[in-house]
Amino acid sequence: MMEPLLLGGRELTSRLFIGSGKYADDALIPDIVARSGSQVITVALRRVDLSNPDRNILAHIPADVQLLPNTSGARNAEEAVRLARLAKAAGCGDWIKIEVISDQKYLLPDGFETVKATEILAAEGFVVLPYVSPDLMVAKALVKAGAAAVMPLGAPIGSNRGLQTKELIRILIEEIPLPIIVDAGIGKPSQACEAMEMGAAACLLNTAIASASDPLLMAEAFAHSVISGRQAYLAGAGSIRQYASASSPLTGFLEASC
Amino acid sequence: MNITLNGQSEVLTAPCSLYDFLRARNLEPAKVIVEHNGNIIPQSDWSTLLLKEEDHLEVLRFVGGG
Repeated sequence: MMEPLLLGGRELTSRLFIGSGKYADDALIPDIVARSGSQVITVALRRVDLSNPDRNILAHIPADVQLLPNTSGARNAEEAVRLARLAKAAGCGDWIKIEVISDQKYLLPDGFETVKATEILAAEGFVVLPYVSPDLMVAKALVKAGAAAVMPLGAPIGSNRGLQTKELIRILIEEIPLPIIVDAGIGKPSQACEAMEMGAAACLLNTAIASASDPLLMAEAFAHSVISGRQAYLAGAGSIRQYASASSPLTGFLEASC
Repeated sequence: MNITLNGQSEVLTAPCSLYDFLRARNLEPAKVIVEHNGNIIPQSDWSTLLLKEEDHLEVLRFVGGG
């Protein structure tokens, strides 16, 4: 058993966080949760569709899973704070993923507004998980603002492009005294594994699972990859050498006899 | 009486409570979150809050997201 991840007063034995968007049928979600082993799931807040008022995604989320409402749709700190308070008022607990986006092409987060929102919400007692670009100075400001973790993107949301920002994430892992949770862009289990091998505390995925031909099997594949990557990080990889280094002793057998 | 619901104008022919207004639109109290003129309204206050001219209501729910 791996050591649990301590976050917001909870001990999480799974380091795979998942989103709940893009599924053809919300009824798939309980099986996705079960196969992924995930204990944290993201949801969003939107206006009710008055022509279909009965939809309720919360009915498909197992009760023991930590809800992580996001502030998607927010274009500045003020809107993010408003969405966070609404989510809390709805009884979804005090975890919040801050997502402040005004760029519609790459959906890149606004670090300045994210720091502002984090400061306000952390002071109100929220467990704040901010989604940001992997910028060291923004991450340091988030530590000061009271974030519970920092969630840098590996690549743009929903792109399945993998760890495009790998070197910057590595710097955050090295320099920031909070869990670094890679969020967005991871498309394959090998990429999640690589993030965990580097020392990421967890990975958050949505599209990679939801857009797979077999989402349930992909959820399970990601569960294995995150465990494998964490174990490899804890095990400590051997050093890289330029030249060969024999694994078998080279002496004592077939020595030259003439 | 005119109010705004999720950005759309609505005409109310008679005064009514927030609770009755939502129930008349098949909105289950347990499934939605309501903001009235920018303030979050706890469910316990829905039946005593009477809607008035030019009120702004935002009725939200949770959906899938990442």
